[in-house]
Amino acid sequence: MGRFILHRLLQAVPVLLVVITATFFLVRAAPGGPFSAEKAVPPAVLKALEARYQLDQPVFQQYLSYLGDLGQGDLGPSFRFPGRSVNEMIQAGLPATAELGLYALIISMLLGSTAGVIAALKPNTAQDYIPMSAAMIGICMPSFLLGPVLMLIFGIWLEMLPVSGWGQTPGDKILPAITLGSTYAAYIARITRGGMLEILSQDYIRTARAKGLSTPRIVIVHALRSGITPVISFLGPAIAGLIAGSFVVESIFQIPGLGRFYIQAAFNRDYTMVLGTTIFFSVLIVIFNLLADLLLVWLNPRLRGGKS
Amino acid sequence: MRAKLTPSNNIRKVEAWPANLLLVFALLGGSLTLTGCGDGESNVERGNREQILHWGNGTEPQELDPHIVTGVPEHHIIVALLEGLVLKDPATLEPIPGVAKRWTISDNQLIYTFYLRQEARWSNGDPVTAQDFVWSWWRALQPALGNQYAYMYYVIKNAEAYAKGELEDFEQVGVKALDTNTLQVTLANPTPYFLQLLDHYSMFPVHRPTIEKFGAPSERGTRWTRAGNFVGNGPFVLQRWDLNKQVVVEKSPTYWDRDTVKLKAIHFYPTENVSTEERMYRAGQLHVTGAIPVDKIAVYKEHNPEDLRISTYLGTYFYRFNTEVPHLADPRVRRALAMTVDRQAIVERITKGGQVPAYTFTPPDTLGYTAEDGFAFDPPAARALLAEAGYPNGEGFPTTEVLYNTSEGHRKLAVGIQQMWKTHLNIDVVLNNQDWKVYLDNVDNGHYQIARAGWIGDYVDPNTFLDMWVSDGGNNRTGWSNPEYDSLVLRQSPSASDRQSRYGFFAQAEALLLEEMPVLPIYFYTRNNLVQPSVKGMPANLLDYSLYKNIYLEAPPPSAAD
Repeated sequence: MGRFILHRLLQAVPVLLVVITATFFLVRAAPGGPFSAEKAVPPAVLKALEARYQLDQPVFQQYLSYLGDLGQGDLGPSFRFPGRSVNEMIQAGLPATAELGLYALIISMLLGSTAGVIAALKPNTAQDYIPMSAAMIGICMPSFLLGPVLMLIFGIWLEMLPVSGWGQTPGDKILPAITLGSTYAAYIARITRGGMLEILSQDYIRTARAKGLSTPRIVIVHALRSGITPVISFLGPAIAGLIAGSFVVESIFQIPGLGRFYIQAAFNRDYTMVLGTTIFFSVLIVIFNLLADLLLVWLNPRLRGGKS
Repeated sequence: MRAKLTPSNNIRKVEAWPANLLLVFALLGGSLTLTGCGDGESNVERGNREQILHWGNGTEPQELDPHIVTGVPEHHIIVALLEGLVLKDPATLEPIPGVAKRWTISDNQLIYTFYLRQEARWSNGDPVTAQDFVWSWWRALQPALGNQYAYMYYVIKNAEAYAKGELEDFEQVGVKALDTNTLQVTLANPTPYFLQLLDHYSMFPVHRPTIEKFGAPSERGTRWTRAGNFVGNGPFVLQRWDLNKQVVVEKSPTYWDRDTVKLKAIHFYPTENVSTEERMYRAGQLHVTGAIPVDKIAVYKEHNPEDLRISTYLGTYFYRFNTEVPHLADPRVRRALAMTVDRQAIVERITKGGQVPAYTFTPPDTLGYTAEDGFAFDPPAARALLAEAGYPNGEGFPTTEVLYNTSEGHRKLAVGIQQMWKTHLNIDVVLNNQDWKVYLDNVDNGHYQIARAGWIGDYVDPNTFLDMWVSDGGNNRTGWSNPEYDSLVLRQSPSASDRQSRYGFFAQAEALLLEEMPVLPIYFYTRNNLVQPSVKGMPANLLDYSLYKNIYLEAPPPSAAD
């Protein structure tokens, strides 16, 4: 197992290096610089700014010194926010994004796997069609539509929940978590249904039924463990997606998270911030994919058996 | 296989797994529900009771250092924390005393002497002195600081040379502390709008010991602006600055005019999503929004007119012509294009926010200056001009591109103009939208034919609209240049003896500008936003300028509340 992890981590190094290099040069190749503004910036000021952020040096040298700083864990100063370092911005944005992602994940797992199991129990009946149609709508409904709809219903018509913020007013975390979680719930429902259908037709389930076990016991104890396997492999990318992909929800609900910084940084040509967040997200994706794989091995004894 | 060797063990694990998960779900679900139980009182209701103003502030402030920032959201926060020599009366925009309790102006209009009030204090209790201003202005002119508003100082004698490094000795710059409470400023030329400039944040004082404690004076982005570190001299002190969440300022106990200040605190929220901001307003989370979605204006007009505020704003929406593009180099073509834009239809059917059609570049009544209309909507005359320029009925006129930065509003307007030109001049126009920074880059480098633009005055004086069109001006970007115009704006108007003759030169310059038409004015901006009826002491004005010390909150009587 240790060798497997080490191997995967070593594989990640060249991947990350490619990501860093490509982002570094692509963001600089985009037209418009971090300091271009509608009101012309006087040349002397522009020169001072470029010197401050080492933009007056040859690009390759900038690249090398960036890699050097990165090696020491320093993602550099933000160009857009003169008083902030990228490390500080990521630190500031991560808690909200991670918390939102966690709640969304829980909601999606809870809703998704329940709906999937219910549908799989009686395939091709109303019990299957209704949750699966709902899931299809969930997949198709973009969060920039669902978010405002929920805000309108629960925030303005019913006056039950705040329409924005994060930890500022009681209950302001509920709507964003549901909005972000619903898309993933829909995917998880479909994947769970697929996995469960396959497992429920297996011989050992039939044996369990023949032994007179109750349906809940068969489902929860015997079928779910294998049936949920495809969901676990989906979880790695899903968690990374929840964190990296929460920018729409963060923007709609004014949540001070990483995703919102990321979008603003790209529009502002905040080179270091774009790079820093991209690297951070890449590392997350690598880690969560690895964790998902480890979880799969733990859940599926056959994979472990292969090793011994 | 191992799994078969220890079956019982495995089954126990499996049984425990969903049960544990369910427990976690239940706990988290519970905590979500618990946090959902509030006391039902909104920000606005509580704020009205406690004198706490909740302010939708557009975007996250880049910084709170007045010598570094450039934006309007930063302005809103900094004027709460710092105060300059003079303030403006929010109703008339005329200068009123700030840190300076009075001032005198020499007969030749060049020497301004400011008498600072002795009771002015920094938030740590230090007195605000004339030396503070000299040091702050010295700092603001340091090239390494990268102050994009350093040009605001250029009206002061030798300030420009010093800022550009042509002059080493700051002693020669026209700013001097005669004693602790007397500051003398010498200008390069008579500048009638000088007092207006003093209320711009780039000319605010900063607290020297605080800045030096956290770094070199010209170092960008030190920690002196953080909550807990910031020492200011304004009516409020910085209490919290939570990145992308909120900035909280509280009433300062040391401010000289603290008895006037009624608000206990102001909360500024970054609200770059206009639709969300409007919903926050409706849900009672904000007293004041930064903007309002265009499609909501009509709704508010009909149902909640008392919340909607539409006020004229000191700015012009216009199109630039690239005069170096061959077919746009002919002023007759540019005039023909300008004369076939139906501005009345644009403000009534497209922008719908009370904007005013523009037939001049400087907005009307800019500190008493109103230019004469330089043209009118006149398609037959425009067709004649175009024919004269060699394109009868639009024949042979090359397909022309209109560039704008990506935005639904700019697109609608461009589509409207595209149709007007097709109808009235029979010419073909293609539209091109680009991301903001790409658009800026292309306009700056002259890679465009016609480009959308906007200009908001830095101060209330026609100069801020007219000096941008001088030859090679950094904001000109049209390639247009006219020596007579340069002379009127740069030499004749600054040396005029009185306001009337000065405005006379400006009127001549503007007539010339509109005759040659390197720009196509479309409308004068309005500022549209939402303000709760409980917000008092905040009159609308051209500059969207508010004096927080005058603002207070007064909840409507219970019967009127819905």
